[in-house]
Amino acid sequence: MALLQISEPGESPAPHQRRHAVGIDLGTTNSLVATVRNGIAGILNDEQGHPLLPSIVRFRADGSVSVGYEAEIERARDPKNTIVSVKRFMGRGLRDIAHVENSPYDFVNGPGMVQIRTAAGVKSPVEVSAVLLQELRVRAERSLGGELVGAVVTVPAYFDDAQRQATKDAAALAGLNVLRLLSEPTAAAIAYGLDNAAEGIYAVYDLGGGTFDFSVLRLSTGVFEVLATSGDAALGGDDFDHRLFCWALEKAKLAPLSAGDNTLLSAKSREIKEYLTHHAEARFNAKLGSGEVVDLPLSQAEFWEMTRHLVAKTLAPTRKALRDAGLSVADVKGVVMVGGATRMPHVQRAVAELFAQAPLNNLDPDKVVALGAAMQANALAGNRAAGEDWLLLDVIPLSLGLETMGGLVERVIHRNSTLPVARAQEFTTFKDGQSAMSIHVVQGERELVSDCRSLARFELHGIPPLVAGAARIKVTFQVDADGLLAVSAQETSSGAQASVAVKPSYGLSDERITRMLRDSFEHAGDDLRTRALREQQVEAQRMLQSVEAALEQDAALLDAAEFAGIRACVNSLRTKAQCDDHRAIKSAIDELNRATESFAGRRMDRSVQEALTGRSVAGI
Amino acid sequence: MVQARNHFELLGVAAAYAVPAEALDRSYREIQSRVHPDRFAASGEAERRIAMQLATQVNEAYQTLRHPLKRAIYLLGLQGVEVLSQTHTAMEPAFLVQQLEWHENIGEARAARSTARLESLRAQLSVEKRERFARLANLFGSGALQPAAEAARQLLFIDKLEQEIGDGIESLEDL
Ligand SMILES: Nc1ncnc2c1ncn2[C@@H]1O[C@H](COP(=O)(O)OP(=O)(O)OP(=O)(O)O)[C@@H](O)[C@H]1O
Ligand SMILES: [Mg+2]
Repeated sequence: MALLQISEPGESPAPHQRRHAVGIDLGTTNSLVATVRNGIAGILNDEQGHPLLPSIVRFRADGSVSVGYEAEIERARDPKNTIVSVKRFMGRGLRDIAHVENSPYDFVNGPGMVQIRTAAGVKSPVEVSAVLLQELRVRAERSLGGELVGAVVTVPAYFDDAQRQATKDAAALAGLNVLRLLSEPTAAAIAYGLDNAAEGIYAVYDLGGGTFDFSVLRLSTGVFEVLATSGDAALGGDDFDHRLFCWALEKAKLAPLSAGDNTLLSAKSREIKEYLTHHAEARFNAKLGSGEVVDLPLSQAEFWEMTRHLVAKTLAPTRKALRDAGLSVADVKGVVMVGGATRMPHVQRAVAELFAQAPLNNLDPDKVVALGAAMQANALAGNRAAGEDWLLLDVIPLSLGLETMGGLVERVIHRNSTLPVARAQEFTTFKDGQSAMSIHVVQGERELVSDCRSLARFELHGIPPLVAGAARIKVTFQVDADGLLAVSAQETSSGAQASVAVKPSYGLSDERITRMLRDSFEHAGDDLRTRALREQQVEAQRMLQSVEAALEQDAALLDAAEFAGIRACVNSLRTKAQCDDHRAIKSAIDELNRATESFAGRRMDRSVQEALTGRSVAGI
Repeated sequence: MVQARNHFELLGVAAAYAVPAEALDRSYREIQSRVHPDRFAASGEAERRIAMQLATQVNEAYQTLRHPLKRAIYLLGLQGVEVLSQTHTAMEPAFLVQQLEWHENIGEARAARSTARLESLRAQLSVEKRERFARLANLFGSGALQPAAEAARQLLFIDKLEQEIGDGIESLEDL
C-alpha cells in the first residue's frame, strides 16, 4: 500500500516528546497493533517479525498461558483449554452463541456473560480478550521503547452496548488507557480516505472472521461522517468454515467426533476455504484420531453454492444501511473491501453486482483497520498540529429504548444517530401513591422487549405519593463518543434523582474487574500500586500542562478570585505529584478538575463564538 | 452560557424556516471540530464532560434544523405553537380518509409480500411529501402559523407511513 505521508518530519513534535499511542484491531481471528511514526502508520510486528497475532489463548493448569501462534500449535493437543474466536462470546449469554454443540469448551452458563471452565479456572471472555490485548500492549511498549499514553481499540460497528462495554473492560484489564472505541469500518475509512484523498460517498464492506459490518460514509476534506451502519455481529469467515465442516461430516458420514477431531476438521475446513479462493479444485483430506481417513474432492463452484446463503445474508444489512442513509447504490462512489473473508471471489462478485462497480481492494484487508485506528490514536493523543486534524462523526448502530406496558419497547434513541447523543423521555405512574418505578433499558430494532437485548434494569425510589398519572419521571439516555450508554432518571416534580451509569447486566461488576486487574498484574510480576502511581503521575502532568496552557491563553476569562482558586489547586497538585501516594494525587487531580470546570466551559463557549464569527482556523 | 441558546443561535443561522443548508453544514462542522470529545480525548475529566455535553447539544441542534419537519416543529414551538400537544384541533377528515387508504394499501402489499408494491407506494408517498413541504414553506412565509402546524401534523402521519413501508420492506428482506 502507498505510504501515508501526514506531516513533514521536522514539523512533528520531537521524538522524546511524542506520546506513544497505538491502534489495536482486536479481531475474531487475528489481532494487530499499529502506530504512527514519523507521520507514517505501520503495524508493529512481534519479535519474530509476524504482523498478526492469532486471537488464540491457551490456559494451562499451572496458571501460565500461551498466546497467538504458540497457542495455535497447541490447540490440536488441548482443544478444551485453547480459546479461539473469543470475540464471539463478548457480552453474550450462552443462548446467544451459535454452534455451541460443536464447540469443545466447557461453558459455564450464568445470568450474565457466558464463561469458560479451563484448566486454570473459570475465565470470562473479557479475561481471555485481556490476555490478547496485554500481549499487544507489551509488544508495542517494547518496540516503541516506552509506556503508552493510550490506545484506540476497534469494535465491530454493529456491536451493541454490552459488547462494547466488555471490550472496554478487557482493555482496562490489560492495562490500556482507552482513548476511544472506534468502529472497524470507520477505522478502515480513515485509512482509505487519508491514503487516497477520497471525497464523496463511500461504503465499507467488512467481512472478517466472526463479524460483518457495512457502513456508508461521506468523506470530505477534514471530515469523516458516518451516515449509516448496519451488519451482523455473528456472521463471518467462521460461518463459511462451519458450513464446509458440516458438509464434510455429512459426506463422509462421520459419527459424532471427539473434541480433537472436531478441532482438526474445523481447522481443515478453514484451510480448504482459503485454498479455494485461488484454486478451482481442492481435496478435503484429514486423518482422524481413530485412524479413519477422510478424503473428499470439492470444487470452487460447489463451495460457492453451499455458502451462497451466507453471502446473501450480508446483502440485506447492506441495503438497509443505504436505505437508512437515504441513498441508492448509484450514489456510492466506491466500496472499500475490508476483512480476510472478502478475499473470496463469490463475495467480491456479489458486492460488484449489487453496486454495479468493481469493489476497491487496494488496501491490505487484514491490516487496514489497525492502521486507521493508529491514525485516530495519534490524533486523539494530540500528536497532530491543529488544522491538519480531522473531525470524525460516528453513529450508534442500534436503537435504544425502554420497556413500557405490555412488554413493548419505546424507542428513545434511534439507530444511526450521530454521537454523542442524548434524549430524555417522560413517563408517569400508573397506580395511585406509587412510590417506585422500575426501568428496563433495551437495545434493538424490534417492537417486543423479548426480541431486544436487555441492557440494564434499575429502580427509581422516592417518588412522591401522587394520584396515578400525576408524577413526571424523566429518563435521560446519554450515549458518549464510544457508543456507550449512561442512563439517569429523575422525578421532575420532587427532584428525586436516581442516576445510574448503565453497566449492562451482561458486563462484569467493577469489583470483579478490580480483582482481575490485581491478579493479572501480580501475575505479570508487576505491582498494581506502582502501576497506579505511575498512571496518576502521568495524568497529573497532563492536567498540569493543559491547565497551565489554558491559564496562559485565557486568564482574562477569570476574575481574580477564580484565578487564585485555580492557581492554588495547581500548586497543590504539583506538590502532591511528587509524593508516592496515588490516592492523594488522584484527589488533587479531581479537585483541579472541579476548580476548572466552569473555566473549561467558558473557554469552549468562546471557541464556539469564534467559530460563528468566522475567526476560524482554515481547513474546514 | 451556550446552554441558554436556542438551536438557531447555537448554530448561528437566522430563526426562519428557510435555512441556508450550506451555511448550516459549515457552522456545524466548524463548531463540532472545536467541541467534539475527540478534541479532548487526552484532557482532564471536566473538559471531557463539557465537551460531550456541548457536542451533544450541537448534534441535537443540527439534526433538528437540517430535517425540514423537525425544523418546522421546533420553529413553531419557539413561536408558541405546540404541534405535538394533545389538545390540538382535529385533523381534516379528507386527510384522515386518505390516511386509512394508505394504511390499507401498505397492509395489502405486505400481505402479498411484494417489495415492488411497497417501493412504488414509497415513491408515491414521497411525491405527497414534497408537495406538503412546499406548502409548509409558503405557510411559514406568509406567517400562517396554525395552518403550518396542521401541515406539519400531516407530515408526521406521512413519516409514520414511510416508517411502516420501510419496516415492511425490511421484514421481507430478512427472510
Ligand atoms: N484467502 C482467503 N480466502 C478466504 N478466506 C480467507 C482468506 N484469507 C483469510 N480468510 C478468512 O478471513 C477471516 C479472517 O479475517 P480477518 O483477519 O479480517 O478477521 P478478524 O479481524 O479476525 O475478524 P472480525 O473482524 O470479524 O472480528 C478468516 O475467516 C479467514 O479464514
Ligand atoms: Mg476485523
